[in-house]
Amino acid sequence: MKQIMGYSDKISVRPGEAIRFMVSCEKASSYKARLVRIIHGDTNPEGPGYKEQAVKSEFDGTYKGRKQAIFAGSCAVIPSHPAFDKLSSFSVQAMVWPTTPEKGRQTILSHCDAKSGAGFIFGLDESGGLALALSDGTGKTEEVRAGKPMLSREWYFVAASYNAVSGEVCLYQKPMVPYAKVDTSARVEGTVTIKPRNENGAPVVIAAHPVRMSDGRERTSAHYNGKIDRPILASRVLSRLEMEQLRSGGPPASLHAALVGLWDFSKEITTERIIDVSPNRHHGETLNLPARAMTGWNWTGEEMCWKHKPEQYGAIHFHDDDLYDAGWDTDFTFTVPAGLRSGLYAAHVATEDDEDFIPFVVKPERGKATSKLVFVVPTASYMAYANEHMATDATLAELLTGRLATLQATDVFLHEHREYGYSCYDTHADGSGVCYSSRLRPILTMRPKYQSWLGGKGSSLWQMNADTHITDWLEALKFDYDCITDEDLHFEGYEAIAPYRVFMTSTHHEYWSKQMWDALDAFKKAGGRLIYAGANAWYWRIAYHQTKPGVIEVRRAEGGIRAWAAEPGEYYHSFTGEYGGLWRRQGLAPQKMAGTGFSAQGFDLSSYYRRTKDSFDSRASFIFEGVGKDELIGNFGLIGGGAAGLEVDRADRLLGTPPNALVLASSENHTPVYMVVLEEILINAPGLCGGESDLVRADLVFYETPSGGAVFATSSIAWAGSLSHNNYDNNVSRITANVVKRFLDERPF
Amino acid sequence: MYQIRPEDKACIEEFRKTPIGHHSPNLQRILNLFRGEPMAGKFALICTRPHREWTLAVLSGTRGERIRMTEEVFHSLEEAEWYVFKQRWAKYTGEHLSD
Ligand SMILES: [Fe+2]
Repeated sequence: MKQIMGYSDKISVRPGEAIRFMVSCEKASSYKARLVRIIHGDTNPEGPGYKEQAVKSEFDGTYKGRKQAIFAGSCAVIPSHPAFDKLSSFSVQAMVWPTTPEKGRQTILSHCDAKSGAGFIFGLDESGGLALALSDGTGKTEEVRAGKPMLSREWYFVAASYNAVSGEVCLYQKPMVPYAKVDTSARVEGTVTIKPRNENGAPVVIAAHPVRMSDGRERTSAHYNGKIDRPILASRVLSRLEMEQLRSGGPPASLHAALVGLWDFSKEITTERIIDVSPNRHHGETLNLPARAMTGWNWTGEEMCWKHKPEQYGAIHFHDDDLYDAGWDTDFTFTVPAGLRSGLYAAHVATEDDEDFIPFVVKPERGKATSKLVFVVPTASYMAYANEHMATDATLAELLTGRLATLQATDVFLHEHREYGYSCYDTHADGSGVCYSSRLRPILTMRPKYQSWLGGKGSSLWQMNADTHITDWLEALKFDYDCITDEDLHFEGYEAIAPYRVFMTSTHHEYWSKQMWDALDAFKKAGGRLIYAGANAWYWRIAYHQTKPGVIEVRRAEGGIRAWAAEPGEYYHSFTGEYGGLWRRQGLAPQKMAGTGFSAQGFDLSSYYRRTKDSFDSRASFIFEGVGKDELIGNFGLIGGGAAGLEVDRADRLLGTPPNALVLASSENHTPVYMVVLEEILINAPGLCGGESDLVRADLVFYETPSGGAVFATSSIAWAGSLSHNNYDNNVSRITANVVKRFLDERPF
Repeated sequence: MYQIRPEDKACIEEFRKTPIGHHSPNLQRILNLFRGEPMAGKFALICTRPHREWTLAVLSGTRGERIRMTEEVFHSLEEAEWYVFKQRWAKYTGEHLSD
């Protein structure tokens, strides 16, 4: 059981800037905090072992421990208003596409007091049918129910009206698609004796309702899973015809006076705002980032881009496990002192029996690079994988790794504590894909010492901890380096990397925004040198939110290896309106950036490379200095026992590998767990595994750019795991060092 | 779904020698069956001492529902693979393999 964990408000800071840390202790009444520079997070006794460097800081010390909870689940809130409190008779309606009608009570729209419950809740009852619950605030509630469960993933028109004079309630539950023999439509009229008290000062809440917790704080409850489109609240009993008029199209003038709110979710899709298009303008905000730019009930399939026909994208998909910001109170703040060396750091927090590392990057002062080499920490990729649950949720985990899924205490904790939120490799509880991931929560998979089921036999590292094989090697060989993150690349663009000569990637720099891509492209065009020290990079296109910090969006559109598939019509990012999916499907295969691109994957053992004729070309002689003619490259290592493995890339002229590229070596002898990537498969046929397909290989590639720069691609996630072998004296380390030295040399290629 | 055949017994020794890595097509087919089991009730390992000790666990297959730890403790991944292979072999063939 995890006893302590935390997160920070930023992930990249420069001297003079402050970073806040939020910490939660399960039981401990105190904990110690200190600053460490992360060097090598791999605890494998076969390797150099765990290495950190303690750095004195202003926040070193003992702190009071307290438990801070996370409340997941999205909704939309419209602040309280006299118009809501004045409601006597009323009508409420929406188009809904429920995804877990069987789950239990779920609120569609509510106006009720958190403490007393006074007001009304319009939603699904335990059976999954429509219900309107009315409460007078003295503990008395009456409810009228449709009495028939709705079908999952079908659009329904749902509505209710309440007549304050007669006590009459009408409920309407009408599926948009009728089926023979299965009738889920209902029209129920009932009478209640209760007088619901809407004079409660409560907000209108969509997809949940407010409750008061035992600690006195107000939270939301009965979160709804599924889409809601065009919710409407009116201050009198509407006829079925009037409801129909409101459902489809602008409200007729005759209904303006009756409208309290008509929330059109197709407005301001890129934001958290929800817009009331009634004359009253009761705008609201979403909480915990429910999915926007979702196809609405009226989506025809003729238009795929929400920007072109926003009126068909009036749905928001709410989930009871959405999470944006854990919202914890701050424990301590660190202002980065001038002169603190750029690099990968962490706030180390520890109780007597547990510890956590809250990692962040210290960059150099603005415009003052302290090295010629920049190691770019792929924080967007770390976020995409944040707290992933595949080893406990995905049947194929053991097949992909060719061995039992191996869980850490962290994975067990995340399995049991779903409120810590999902990665973009997970699905929500309702089966829909997770398209947003935030870092404003503990990301327990982004930690030194953490082992991942996906990381190959041996050290079993993935993403951040695997990348410490690179930081360790840079330290061990005494190469100077600065660190920056994806966020710097995205928000500062080319300026963030312009001072450097060499851009070195991590082991798996998979997720790229357009801004990040353009920055690196400009760097190469200016003569910059690129060392691609991994594989499967420049794969998914992402978007950062335009105003909210620390959150990315991924739409798993059409092609590629996908943990889930975006629904038809939902391939465009809601944050920006850009088309999502693979960069390769947008005309920019990874081969155009670094000469190689994703070709195969398998997660059991790694293999080695064999030199090709090209490696003896005089243009490449600097790379192989000190490497024997017949040496196998990297037939050793901590990640799967070889330098070529996990995910591997290959050169392909037709996908953009430059014609002058030298393929210096290729890997071979991969296990049958390795398989060709899906974007290479048009007609599936046998012969796609390691040992069968020529596409299951990593290509070591070098080429010069027209501006005097050059690119070197290792094309394997496992490469870095071989660097430290034999006390850093081995051909993988030698080749990498040869490349770094020559790439730092100003002489043009 | 693949049904294990009498002649597949030749794969047992192959697996015992190399539980993780290169396998013959026949053994791979059996492993695809074993390793592709649904999550509810599926075996997994929980690392109880990094790089030294793993405890056999049974996944719940339901989000938030506890993962059950067993008494079986291993000191190598190969040992764990062999143990689970024997359990699964018995499950699919009724035949109990000895060590
Ligand atoms: Fe990936």
